Amino acid sequence: MAQIRIKNVAKRFGAYQALHSINLDVADQEFMVLLGASGCGKTTLLRIIAGLETPSEGEVWIGDRRVDHLAPRDRGIAMVFQNYAVFPHLTVFENIAFGLRMAKMDNALVTKRVERTAELMHIEQLLKRYSGELSGGQRQRVAVARALAMEPDVILMDEPLSNLDALLRLEMRAELKGVLAESKTTAIYVTHDQVEAMSLADRISVMHQGRIVQAASPIEVYRNPAARFVASFIGNPPMNFLPATSHGNGQWSVAGQTFNGPATQKPLEFAIRPEDLSPADQGLKATARVVEPLGAHLLVTCDVEGASFRAVLDSDLTVRPGDILTLAPQPDRIRWFDPETTQAVA
Amino acid sequence: MTAVTPDVAHADVRKSGRFLFRAAIVFLCAWVLVPIYFLLINTLSSPETVNAFPKSFIPEFDMGSLTFFANFAGMLTALKNSVIVACLTMVLSIAFGAPAGYALSRFDFRGKELFRVLILLTRAFPLPLLALPLAVLFIRTGLDDTLLGLALVHTTLAIPFAVLITFSLFSGIPIELEEAAWTLGCTRFTAFTKVVLPLIAPGIAASAIFAFVISWNEVFAAAVLTIQNRTLPAFLLQSLGTSPLHLKFAGGFILVVPALVFIFAVRKYLFAMWGIANR
Amino acid sequence: MNARTLPYLLILPVTLFLCVFFIYPFVLVAQLAFTQGDGFTLANFREVVGYWKFPISLKNTLLLAAIVVPIQLALSLAMATMVSKMEKGRDLVLYVWTIPLGISDLAAGIIWLAIFEQSGFLNSMMSGMGLIDKPISLLTYEHPWVIFIAIALAEIWRATAIMLVILVAGMGLIPKEYYEAAEVFGASPWKRFLKITLPMLRPSLQTALVLRVILAFEVFAVVIALGGSLFPVLMAETYAYQFDLLNSGAAAAIALIILAISIGFTLIILRLLRVPKGATI
Repeated sequence: MAQIRIKNVAKRFGAYQALHSINLDVADQEFMVLLGASGCGKTTLLRIIAGLETPSEGEVWIGDRRVDHLAPRDRGIAMVFQNYAVFPHLTVFENIAFGLRMAKMDNALVTKRVERTAELMHIEQLLKRYSGELSGGQRQRVAVARALAMEPDVILMDEPLSNLDALLRLEMRAELKGVLAESKTTAIYVTHDQVEAMSLADRISVMHQGRIVQAASPIEVYRNPAARFVASFIGNPPMNFLPATSHGNGQWSVAGQTFNGPATQKPLEFAIRPEDLSPADQGLKATARVVEPLGAHLLVTCDVEGASFRAVLDSDLTVRPGDILTLAPQPDRIRWFDPETTQAVA
Repeated sequence: MTAVTPDVAHADVRKSGRFLFRAAIVFLCAWVLVPIYFLLINTLSSPETVNAFPKSFIPEFDMGSLTFFANFAGMLTALKNSVIVACLTMVLSIAFGAPAGYALSRFDFRGKELFRVLILLTRAFPLPLLALPLAVLFIRTGLDDTLLGLALVHTTLAIPFAVLITFSLFSGIPIELEEAAWTLGCTRFTAFTKVVLPLIAPGIAASAIFAFVISWNEVFAAAVLTIQNRTLPAFLLQSLGTSPLHLKFAGGFILVVPALVFIFAVRKYLFAMWGIANR
Repeated sequence: MNARTLPYLLILPVTLFLCVFFIYPFVLVAQLAFTQGDGFTLANFREVVGYWKFPISLKNTLLLAAIVVPIQLALSLAMATMVSKMEKGRDLVLYVWTIPLGISDLAAGIIWLAIFEQSGFLNSMMSGMGLIDKPISLLTYEHPWVIFIAIALAEIWRATAIMLVILVAGMGLIPKEYYEAAEVFGASPWKRFLKITLPMLRPSLQTALVLRVILAFEVFAVVIALGGSLFPVLMAETYAYQFDLLNSGAAAAIALIILAISIGFTLIILRLLRVPKGATI
């Protein structure tokens, strides 16, 4: 059992507050992704869990042990680093065996474990090589194998795919997902790439300015962003926002159109994903400004009452800059945000 | 035809430019090497030839001068003293300098800048001068005229270099390698011995050699601090006024040889070290 | 051992060492220089400065530095630029050029003695070319300027390498893109050197000059080897006070004067080659 519990963890670097009182539970065998832009504190949080940073406040629990004052080696974790950190003076075999040797494991067992892990990561033919003779992708595999060989309770990964080229990243992503599911290890994975997060995660924790803004399943984060930041960060292109004014009784006026919404009197923001718009007789009046044919879709950037507004349309449509479109939002996909608190309003 | 001429002229200029460039490089190499060659000729000549005139520009490969050098009273002891002091300096400066280099490359701590200034200051001082008061101090502590006492002063000379070179060496090793080792079951210490040390061992050797050369070459402090236990440079300096030419040249040659070998051994690190040191 | 105390533990030995062998002796030098018998006095300085050799040795030391250092600066800049333009044989040439780095001032003095002494190679060459009938003694009081030239040549020969190393390392840090950008904007090679290399090299120039100038004021063994007592310099005076005259107070006073000159020049160099904050590479 290796659930992780993070209680009120805060981290300050001098006057800079990197993390504000983080609370997070990760279930046993769960794949948790920490997602956010650079500088949001996701790597700091991961390093606190690993024991490479000490929290200024708060507690970290792994299983039923409080670990925040333990050294990394006493935490039952393994870690994969962004730049792989494959030891250049050791062969691939000795790299994978490194942790096992430190644990004074029997020699025959080490060989067996290394060979099995290498096979799992498809690097059994590289065992005699040194890191200098490996490609980036191969180094990545060694780094993952080295972590898996430890059979850790928790595996921590810090942007492990970000240094690979696009095609290799796609391949490794799928492979990682399979291997980790099989190993039944709890995983925490840091990335700034939302597609990676969506594809890998059981749950995503979206982080912003040292706080977790939303922790939920990928589809939940996508469909029901808990805050305006999540809505504007997830999705490519991100959600559209328009100011809305209340008519009372849950009736809202948005760019001259009336929509059903929450029964509140405060001014709200109307939000809709670009892919949830379609041309219709009735809808928002939008002037096309830039038209980008993307193959599968047509991305149109328009003007709605002076605000920038994007729509992902069928690629069969012919749209030219200057055209006036009437775009109807899919009613069940409309979301509302309070501009003051930036939180979602149901 | 007129259209072609400028091109030809241009090619000529470039050709002669390249010739000048090469000639300058060859000249500067000769400028460094020829004086050393002259010393070599004198060393490999009999004492009579050394004092004769005119000089041959080809060595006669006579061991007379070197034999004279080896048999000169106190010379071999001085040579031995030089080696001992240089080795002590090497060990001391790495033992003191390397931990500091590691601290500078790995940690941000209060007072780091002050510490760096202290290290840089030592480099900006005419250090041999400090041998004067130390001579008095050493008499009080019984370190006077000892090789250890001199090695301690030479260590002061070598320490800024030891700190700077090891700092640049440690900075060249990604901290992630150490962190990876920690997560794989190492303590700070075992991570250092199993991962960092194997990677920087050649560099540490280079900076040790650098310390050796600094001590090997130092004259002033050696002359001030030793009386009976002269090092080779101090011995040569002391006897400059009285010793025959062939002794001077053989002694000078013995001084130069290890330096040549050592500079060759550490040449790769010379530049890395100053690159970092200037940031 | 946690990460907060560890760095201090690591720098503790070297700091203690430098306190005992660098800062403390420095205080002692000052003490020695300013006392005679008991109590504070400037007598040591008065004695040292009043001695007839002092103005000569000060003049010699400064003149030597003034001639040698600029030549070395120009030479090392030229050599560093040449090296940066080389493709084949770069490592070999760099090794040859840095050889003098490992050679002590005493050995350098002896090497140049082999050239300048009466039966030396310079005389041999001149007689070989028929310029002279018999060897002339060059390093004597009759030709003080020959002694000066010999010392200057030996210094240039020996100590240009340290500047070269620092400048080559510094040039290695300047990104190529700047040169390419300047070339695109039409700057000639000479302009590129003036407008890019020199300004970007300021930190390295600082280090090289400070180090070199300090060494220039410490010039000692080269002078003894080539000129003996015919060419007095400050450091040799210090040595003479300490050993021949057994007057350590006076020796300390000269030492402090050398120190003061060194610090003065260091500050001037740092000031002249200041790099504005934020203008670093």
